[in-house]
Amino acid sequence: MLDLILSKYNYWISILLMMIGLYGMIAKNNLIKKIIGMNIFQVSVFLFYISMGKVRDGTAPIHWDRALIYDNPIPHVLILTAIVVSISTTAVALALIIRIYKNFQSIEEDQILKVLAREENKTDS
Amino acid sequence: MILYIVIIPLFVSLLTPLFGMFNRKYAYFISLLGAIITFLFVIFTYKKVVTHGKEYYWFGGFEPPFGIEYVVDGLNLILLLIISFIYLLVIIYSKKSSEKEIEDKRLSLFYCLLNLFFTGILGIVVTGDIFNLYVFVEIASLSSYTLIALGPKRQSLMASYNYLILGTIGATFVLIGIGYIFMATGSLNMADIKSRLVPIYHSKMVRTAFTFITLGLCLKLALFPLHIWLPNAYAYAPSSVGALLAATGTKVSAYALIRVLYSVFTIDFDTNVIPFNKVFVFISLIAILAGSFLALAQKNLKKMLAYSSIGQIGYITLGIAMSNEISLQGSVLHIFNHSLMKCALFFIAGGIFYKKGIENINDMKGIAKEMPFTMAFFVIAGLSLVGVPLTVGFLSKWYLLLGAISQKYFFVIPVILISSLLSFIYIWRVIETAYFKDSNSTKSSSEMPLGMIAPVAVVTILCIYFGIFTELPLLLTKEAIRILIGN
Amino acid sequence: MENYISILPAMVSFIALISVPFMILFRDYNYVKEGISLFSALLMFTLVLLLGREYLSERILYIDIIKITPTITISFRTDNASIIFAGISSFLWFITTFYSIGYLKGLNDKKETSFYVFFALTIFATTALAFSANLITTFVFYELITLFTYPLVIHKGTEDSKKAGRKYLAYLIGTSIMFFLTAIILTHFITGTTFFNSEGVFKKNVDNNITLLLLLLFIFGVAKTAVMPVHSWLPNAMVAPTPVSALLHAVAVVKAGVFVMYRILNYIFTSQVLLAIKGHYILIVLSSVTIIFGSLIALRQNNLKLRLAYSTISQLSYIILGLSLLNEYATKAALSHLIIHAFSKITLFFCAGAIYVKSHITEISDLEGIGKKMPITMLAFTFGSLSMIGVPGFGGFISKFLLMKGIAHSGNYFLFPILGISTLLNAFYFMPIVFSAFFKEYKFNSKDPHYVNKKYSLLMEIPLLITGLVTLVLFFAFGGILSFIGG
Repeated sequence: MLDLILSKYNYWISILLMMIGLYGMIAKNNLIKKIIGMNIFQVSVFLFYISMGKVRDGTAPIHWDRALIYDNPIPHVLILTAIVVSISTTAVALALIIRIYKNFQSIEEDQILKVLAREENKTDS
Repeated sequence: MILYIVIIPLFVSLLTPLFGMFNRKYAYFISLLGAIITFLFVIFTYKKVVTHGKEYYWFGGFEPPFGIEYVVDGLNLILLLIISFIYLLVIIYSKKSSEKEIEDKRLSLFYCLLNLFFTGILGIVVTGDIFNLYVFVEIASLSSYTLIALGPKRQSLMASYNYLILGTIGATFVLIGIGYIFMATGSLNMADIKSRLVPIYHSKMVRTAFTFITLGLCLKLALFPLHIWLPNAYAYAPSSVGALLAATGTKVSAYALIRVLYSVFTIDFDTNVIPFNKVFVFISLIAILAGSFLALAQKNLKKMLAYSSIGQIGYITLGIAMSNEISLQGSVLHIFNHSLMKCALFFIAGGIFYKKGIENINDMKGIAKEMPFTMAFFVIAGLSLVGVPLTVGFLSKWYLLLGAISQKYFFVIPVILISSLLSFIYIWRVIETAYFKDSNSTKSSSEMPLGMIAPVAVVTILCIYFGIFTELPLLLTKEAIRILIGN
Repeated sequence: MENYISILPAMVSFIALISVPFMILFRDYNYVKEGISLFSALLMFTLVLLLGREYLSERILYIDIIKITPTITISFRTDNASIIFAGISSFLWFITTFYSIGYLKGLNDKKETSFYVFFALTIFATTALAFSANLITTFVFYELITLFTYPLVIHKGTEDSKKAGRKYLAYLIGTSIMFFLTAIILTHFITGTTFFNSEGVFKKNVDNNITLLLLLLFIFGVAKTAVMPVHSWLPNAMVAPTPVSALLHAVAVVKAGVFVMYRILNYIFTSQVLLAIKGHYILIVLSSVTIIFGSLIALRQNNLKLRLAYSTISQLSYIILGLSLLNEYATKAALSHLIIHAFSKITLFFCAGAIYVKSHITEISDLEGIGKKMPITMLAFTFGSLSMIGVPGFGGFISKFLLMKGIAHSGNYFLFPILGISTLLNAFYFMPIVFSAFFKEYKFNSKDPHYVNKKYSLLMEIPLLITGLVTLVLFFAFGGILSFIGG
């Protein structure tokens, strides 16, 4: 058991981070904290990709005479794209939160939902 | 050729804010021009694909599986046609509608995002590279979060935020799945992965990859019970965006799901290696019923349509899950048909909001007297949603039923019929309020402006046209499915 | 018999559809829309006669209007039953239009245009159903009849009528989608066709249980036959204006149900199949029960229109009984009762309407002595009642006589007492009305709101006299019609 964890510790770490992030996204009430959770979640996936590209005894994938084995560069390249996506998502989310704060004077989800529910009842009656 | 389909909207989206700085009207005209040119390119591609069978483009000239490949075959051809056509109509429609709903200074940015969204969904459809698929999913999603947030009410902000959270979870799940596939095969090209996966179907890695990707796509697809983001997002977005999302957004995710299930994995994997399809049939049936029942309970017209979409998505996934040629054909037909009718219905809901500022069904008493054409179109599109013969809705439901029967899934028949009955009830509720209740207002006529009603008329007429002259959609879908699972 | 491709059978029904835009166009001109209605009714009747002549010269006209899929088409075809049904509908449309002028003017109705428009639309759907060549076409027009009559049912616009309208829709649409459509889908799946064929569509290898299930689905799916237990929509629909009850709920709509049943029993199942599965006993029992109970309930009604409605329920089951005995005589009896009941019942409803317009009397107990004030109306009423009872000298006798012959031929002797009891009951619920109308004193004086006024009386009395006399004429002129049926 211990061997299983230790020999693949990189994956375990990314799983752990993934769970922390997912929990934060779903369970937290504060909109900013949700975004923090989202970032942790995404970073865990980046780590997963990057460690996947590592080859034992491989060197950085740069042409070098003395290198015998290179790491796989493709996951790294892919994750560059994914990082860009993640940053833009975070930017959009933060911008949204600013707008939400301006409109509702709060970034706590339950308070905002309460305000919205009250509004909905008013329009119905 | 295919490259231009994606590149043009991308460039247009960059140009719109630039020209919008000088004059806001330019943004609209450039978008319109871009939409028309894209549509023309799609038509050219259509002609080429029909004669040559397949069109592809290799990025940088690198041969797949090393380079990124764009492929258009039968299936995505249908999607391209419907998306680019609906987009063109949405742009025409959005001139008047967005002028009212969106602040003037944001208008050029609005068109920028609309084009970016268009780029995203077109990219999802044409790409043959699975990581590229993820990138385009994110491009489309990011722009749609922002578009939803531009909605006229402040509810739109929370709707957008919730969609952002759930959408990101979905997309990241897809990313994890792709990672596992890459680990297993070392390839990202769909056709290449397909052949490499067959010998290792029993590996846990492949199954995990499958689970993550389908789960992520189902979230994007808003398959019940992963649908919670959808009703608010559609209902509070600007009208034209609501129509665009309802007509194309989820359809593209459905397309991606079909691609993953049948072009990356195979029927053999979906049905024999893991019993995915059988379970998926039941989930779809639940989605159909739940969507229809929830739609019954809605007071807000747009929300009702959104819940109805959830039910209709169930039809699409049902056809996918039954995995025989006829049911898949029904599924693709339903993607096509549902785009047309939901687009019409959301356009109409937006038109009523534009003209009268009302959203609740109960406030629409006697509105048929004031907007006779609009409501006539509503009746036609609504009947199409119910699946009355001679409208498009009938054809796809019929094929789904035939597919169910040939698979010996007889329990599907009552579910489809019950949901048709339910959809009749919720459509009828609107018709009854609009036609047979007396209105308080005495105004004789207040139709939508021409720029808004013309797109409605076009889609509604197509709803009937393709219900009567069915050769073209039947031929296209049959060919598409043959290519998809034939070899 | 030879088959010819001709647009004529489709044209017949489309006359009514074409008249609609003209009626809307001339809605503000008094008597013009009535004129259009009369003209198209006359044109339609002439065309039906023309088709009858074609049929007599051994020519069957046939056309596929629309091909949705290779096996699903919208097709029309002539034969004796369809010509008879369309002939009655168009002829009585003509008469009823005359009558409605008097009725609506007498009541000072404001919604004339919508009345005539939906009336024409219903006739369109009814004649189209008469000429339908397959189950799909039948289903489409069957549903259209329901939808087009709905505005007529709620014509008064009161809360009561809306409630009744909702129940009307729920019953007819609900059963047809849940059962009728299921049956059609299964039939299509088992046999690969939905076309009516005088040799039936079921081959010998079909399991008896499945055929029986299909028969049950069809029986409950076609709720317009008003066989118990799916009858209660009909009394509900009596809130409609009387011309509507007269033509639609005594002739067009309910006969459409019976006609569909005739098609299904003779052209989908055929007597051999039914005899093999003993399915006709279901119908015999259901219709006998309906005959007796319909009459019993009718006895207890004090509202004239409701009594007529329950009488209709009971009389319709005569037709169903005739169809389910599966021999030549009984089928002839059924078809002739279709004609005779149409004329007799429409006379009775016309009378009820005339009485209502002139004196606002709806209850039977108030009818004492009305024969002295409205002698022509009550004379026609007497003719209608006598025909309903089956007194020799009136049309009703012929169909009852043929039905007895059919019963004797089939050997189900237990049906004789049922027929006897029902005839007695008929006499019990019609004769007291006639008696008290002629031989008791009129109890209202000129200050009462129930006092008879004479406005527009001729426009109503002439049509009802004509139909009343026709019941008499039918007895003597029935040989020709019988030979047409038998041909």
